[in-house]
Amino acid sequence: MSTALSKIEKRTAYTLLLPAVCLVFAIILFPIFANVWISFKEVGLKDIRIPEPRAKKIVKNIQNNNSELKIIYKLRNSSLIQDIREVKFSDKFPKNIKPINLDKRCEFKSQKIKCIFGNWEAGYRENFEIIIKDKNNSAINSQKIKSNVPDLNGKSDNILLTTEFTLKNFKNVFFNNNFSELLMTTFYFTFFGTFGAILLGIFAAQLVNQKFYGRSFMRSILLFPYVGPVVALAYTWTLLLDPNSGTINSLLVSYGIIEKPINLLGQKYLIFNFLGFEFKLRLALTTVIFFEIWRYFPLAFLFILARLQAIPKDLYEAADVDGAGPFRKFFYITLPQITAILSILFMIRFIWNFNKFEDIFLLTGGASGTLTLPISVYQQGFAISNIGMGSAVSIVIVLLLISFMIIYFRLIGKRANEI
Amino acid sequence: MKFKALIITLFASSIFLATIIGIWTIMATLQGLNFTSLNFNFNLLLSFGLTFISIFIGNKFNNLLKIFILSLLFTFLYTFLNENSPLWFTAGIFLLILFFTNKLKKYDLKYLNQDFIFEKIVFEFLSLFAIIFFALVILFPFYIMFVTSLKTQTALLINPLDLSIDFSKNIFEIFKSYFVIFKTYDFGRYILTSSYVSIGTVLITLLFSIPAAYAIARLNFFGKTFLSTSILIIYMFPAIVLVIPLYTVFSQLGLRNSLEGLLIVYTATTLPVAIYMLQGYFRSIPKEIEEAGLIDGQNWFGIIIKIIIPLSLPAIASVSLYVFMIAWNEFLFSLMFLDNPKSFTLSRAINHLTGDAETPRQYLMAGSVVVTLPILLIFVYFEKYLVSGLTTGSVKG
Repeated sequence: MSTALSKIEKRTAYTLLLPAVCLVFAIILFPIFANVWISFKEVGLKDIRIPEPRAKKIVKNIQNNNSELKIIYKLRNSSLIQDIREVKFSDKFPKNIKPINLDKRCEFKSQKIKCIFGNWEAGYRENFEIIIKDKNNSAINSQKIKSNVPDLNGKSDNILLTTEFTLKNFKNVFFNNNFSELLMTTFYFTFFGTFGAILLGIFAAQLVNQKFYGRSFMRSILLFPYVGPVVALAYTWTLLLDPNSGTINSLLVSYGIIEKPINLLGQKYLIFNFLGFEFKLRLALTTVIFFEIWRYFPLAFLFILARLQAIPKDLYEAADVDGAGPFRKFFYITLPQITAILSILFMIRFIWNFNKFEDIFLLTGGASGTLTLPISVYQQGFAISNIGMGSAVSIVIVLLLISFMIIYFRLIGKRANEI
Repeated sequence: MKFKALIITLFASSIFLATIIGIWTIMATLQGLNFTSLNFNFNLLLSFGLTFISIFIGNKFNNLLKIFILSLLFTFLYTFLNENSPLWFTAGIFLLILFFTNKLKKYDLKYLNQDFIFEKIVFEFLSLFAIIFFALVILFPFYIMFVTSLKTQTALLINPLDLSIDFSKNIFEIFKSYFVIFKTYDFGRYILTSSYVSIGTVLITLLFSIPAAYAIARLNFFGKTFLSTSILIIYMFPAIVLVIPLYTVFSQLGLRNSLEGLLIVYTATTLPVAIYMLQGYFRSIPKEIEEAGLIDGQNWFGIIIKIIIPLSLPAIASVSLYVFMIAWNEFLFSLMFLDNPKSFTLSRAINHLTGDAETPRQYLMAGSVVVTLPILLIFVYFEKYLVSGLTTGSVKG
């Protein structure tokens, strides 16, 4: 009895899970594996369109004879790179209509023209003409003729499915494209973005955890940067920071704080003197990091606030009795209570910032020293149109990601469920 | 102790007052007033004097009277020593000083004699600074976004600091860019597309995730622990590593430029987190209720529809809002998959606007307001649900 029930239970569970698992498999897991396949191939963006035979049908009247019509099929191979084999063609005609000058590749059977064109090489074009005639010599309705769409099919190789592999992409990724700088930029961006967001999150959470007038309003607006759409926010910041007529530069210039506008998003380095030493600051990267911090500190804030509100009040009361001031309370009670969540938060945010694409893409597009790995995927795949290279960079990202996750689960994975 | 506390109060409060006056000056500059300097040092000195007097007077007078007289006095002093400024600016200064002296009213020499007063003062002023800092840093861009959408490109190029709205114009003139983006740039259609895609994603996600989450939360089957851990791992993989294979496959299947394709992708990327959030909630529902349902002759389907869903409406609401937010704000996939203006979502349409350098920025900002406003309104209205969704889902973002 119980085994029968558990069998039913099992079957139900699999039925309930099936749609979700299938979808996730098709859209998330399959692409990750497909990346491996593509990354070992030399594929460009233009190669991924499967070549197909196409025909455009043009119907022309013949002078002084409305019982005959001339039809021109403009045939072509849609691909300029690949051949199509065994092209077949068919088109249907209304009753009583018959072609008079049929090509020898074709035959007319049960009101249908069927042709076998054989192989079309890349970029093949042909104007294929026939003249049709009504058997009863009455007028042909050319609209009716036109409305039938010819049917074509042929065989061609899908470049993605061939078994030719190459290591060229990986060689290019690691040795030709300044890989170390790419990696360094990504880590700078990720580390400082995460660190800054958490720091700001601690401040914000500590603030909202106090009682003051307008606290719930503050709590709502603190989440605005995360809730608002990236596109709108990134363009607003681009406008704000614009060197020519952006608000911030204009303000700074008009108050005499800087002499001429600084292109915060377009200048790679800012060189300045401090205590006699010359420092080189990655300006655009810093700006992008600040945007990142601005946009994602709300998440850290939410997490930390939830933890702060769970700290037992009697800890603070005991501290009051012992005569501890606000700073001591913060450093000796609050901070130890939130370190666990901070480490988890740091790991998770690190992984997510590592993958951030939209923010940098919209602000700088990866120019002026802000090229990170995710932006590089886009650049290789779609700007340079080398899908294989893009996939190879994706693979690098996936591998790094997996190693982060292993570290994460080793270090704090067991504790993650407690929080 | 007392002396140290006095000094820190003087410094902290005068920096605070000078800062808020500075911010007010900046705001006034953005309304077209021509200030050439923030006068920070001067304001600092003035604030220093004000704090000094306020602390030494203490509670010897009626508080209200003291606050009022001090504020009036210092506003006059400020206006007298400063450049000519319009009445509303002075009124603002007066209100700021009023607010400030009101904050200072509890500070007198007796108050400064408390234990840990030094730390308390620092903490209090840090909080005040933090409130101002966060409010400014967050709201300023939103303010600029809205105000820019009401200006014209030429006016902004002539004087980028004049963001004032000319109320003498009629309402159609003021909101002209909104009419333009709806008329010439077809934003009405994009709003519909975005809503269709977002709501569709929410519905399909719920349809797929509720049964799956129920199975993971309640039923025993082979591979359960593996599945529930792999949900979180799958969730960690970013969109950017999926984009190239999906692009190639979608191109070959002709799914690019189709909203159905976008719907499938959005659903799949939000499914793991939806399942994760829902199964956590389902576990908190007492098992006995379901057992009662089983005895009444319900099958699994009936239990989910009649017991689980009605009991977990709050969790479903927060999942829906969270998924809606992700789908509404999504950019990468809509950039990759849509290149026909007929099937653009709002985010993609705004990105398309920037592709043309000729597009005046007020249209761009009007578009940004159009895409931002609905999601912010939904957030403010359903804050409770969305926040709980965000907290559970904030592993991603």
